[in-house]
Amino acid sequence: MKIKIFYFARLKETLKFSTEDLELPDDAFASTLTILKLKAHLAKRSDVWQQMLMGKLKVRGAINHALVDDNALISDGDEVAFFPPVTGG
Amino acid sequence: MAVSVQTEDFDAGLEISRLRNARKDTGAVVSFIGLVRDLNEGDQVSQLTLEHYPGMTEKALEAIVSQAQNRWAIFDAVVIHRVGTLQATEQIVLVAVSSAHRREAFKACEFIMDYLKTEAPFWKKERMQSGERWLDAKNSDDEARERWNQ
Repeated sequence: MKIKIFYFARLKETLKFSTEDLELPDDAFASTLTILKLKAHLAKRSDVWQQMLMGKLKVRGAINHALVDDNALISDGDEVAFFPPVTGG
Repeated sequence: MAVSVQTEDFDAGLEISRLRNARKDTGAVVSFIGLVRDLNEGDQVSQLTLEHYPGMTEKALEAIVSQAQNRWAIFDAVVIHRVGTLQATEQIVLVAVSSAHRREAFKACEFIMDYLKTEAPFWKKERMQSGERWLDAKNSDDEARERWNQ
């Protein structure tokens, strides 16, 4: 499966990533991929990723421009985004 | 409904006039303008930068206004939110709502702001003399939104 991931605000700045295309083998992991499982997968990249995605910072996820919770399922072709709680207004 | 995410400033008076003149049975227009302050958490702030998620932001704002329209008998609503770098005293956000009577417009305007603060993908970064910092979300904003579900 192929997905696109966007990072915003503190995540983008600290991870030095604003967007990436991620390709995963079409196995059982991909077919049951949730926001939480994707976070844990990406967190294996380094200590910084671990700290930003699975650490103390609250990270919100969106799929195809809609806010979702950690258990939301990700499908092939989805646009996923990770960001800190919002602070507009 | 009109929703805009933009770098340029807006004319709140013009937006209010548009709502006022759109229909003759408009009895109330309530508006809120959010501004950049030069002081936050005891520190002098020289400028504020707003980042957003293009593509999602407009959809999120439209969804919030739709919820307000479903909840109260309002005629129309305008939401303008600026992004990019802003200085103290500059306008950040405008929410203006028209209705036949004041109560609906007051409630819808506050509802839209409370949801915007907790669900629309904007992030603020402050620049101070000592450096820069991302603002943290406030629990009080979540609580303000939750009031509408009670």
